[in-house]
Amino acid sequence: MELDFDVVDLDPVDHPEEGDTAPDFTRPLVNDEFWEDESLASLCADSDRVVLVFHAMDGAFPATYIWNEIRDRAWHEQATVVGVSISTPYEHKQLLEERDIEGDYRLFSDPANGVAEQYDIDMDLDGMAGIEEPRPSVFVLDSDRTIEYAWVAQEWPDFPNYDEVEAQL
Amino acid sequence: MSESDITLYRLQACPFCERVVRKLDAYDLDYQSRFVEPMHADRDVVKRLSGKRTVPAIVDENTGVTMSESANIVAYLERTYGEGEETAGGAA
Repeated sequence: MELDFDVVDLDPVDHPEEGDTAPDFTRPLVNDEFWEDESLASLCADSDRVVLVFHAMDGAFPATYIWNEIRDRAWHEQATVVGVSISTPYEHKQLLEERDIEGDYRLFSDPANGVAEQYDIDMDLDGMAGIEEPRPSVFVLDSDRTIEYAWVAQEWPDFPNYDEVEAQL
Repeated sequence: MSESDITLYRLQACPFCERVVRKLDAYDLDYQSRFVEPMHADRDVVKRLSGKRTVPAIVDENTGVTMSESANIVAYLERTYGEGEETAGGAA
């Protein structure tokens, strides 16, 4: 989209890069029927490829757009694809239902934004006191949690290059 | 993560579920919590396992037992893991 003004630039951050091991974490992972604590390491151990998608809180338009696009591209057929946002498990259940991705995708709930802090991609939200969330980011991981592809937003808002991610699957 | 032998299906803030948690903790049993839908009609995962949509429900891989109703579960845990210690705080 061409705009006749500058969008917000985000300062460079020292996020995990391709070739690094992605930091492990455990958070409630929400599926269509329940949620339970799950670690990234165990997801990776069970799959040749994991796509970790950090996105804006559920209900914000970027979260809606990202999941519509991933759904339409059917990435779940090629990888284990999970989201992370600061939304609660209850909100995640609603997102799964509203985006019609129940059964194909799961979402980590991280209301305190600790995972984003581990990845150095935490971001304050102007005008929402006391709330921070992850920068939009995508990490493609192998079964050892080695990062094969990393993208972290440098503008706000910003969206993944879906074709680039798909080329890794 | 879900390597525990005991899986507890629970609802956040459900007192019957907390009653079971207290007993699991008293016997120092490792368990994996799965939190389900507040809406009774949507709890199909529990219905498939136990035949009912009520929580708490537990699945114990040690014994092959799947069970619901907190009083039944507490009695089962006492019978299976209590080893004669009737109540917490009883004579050692």
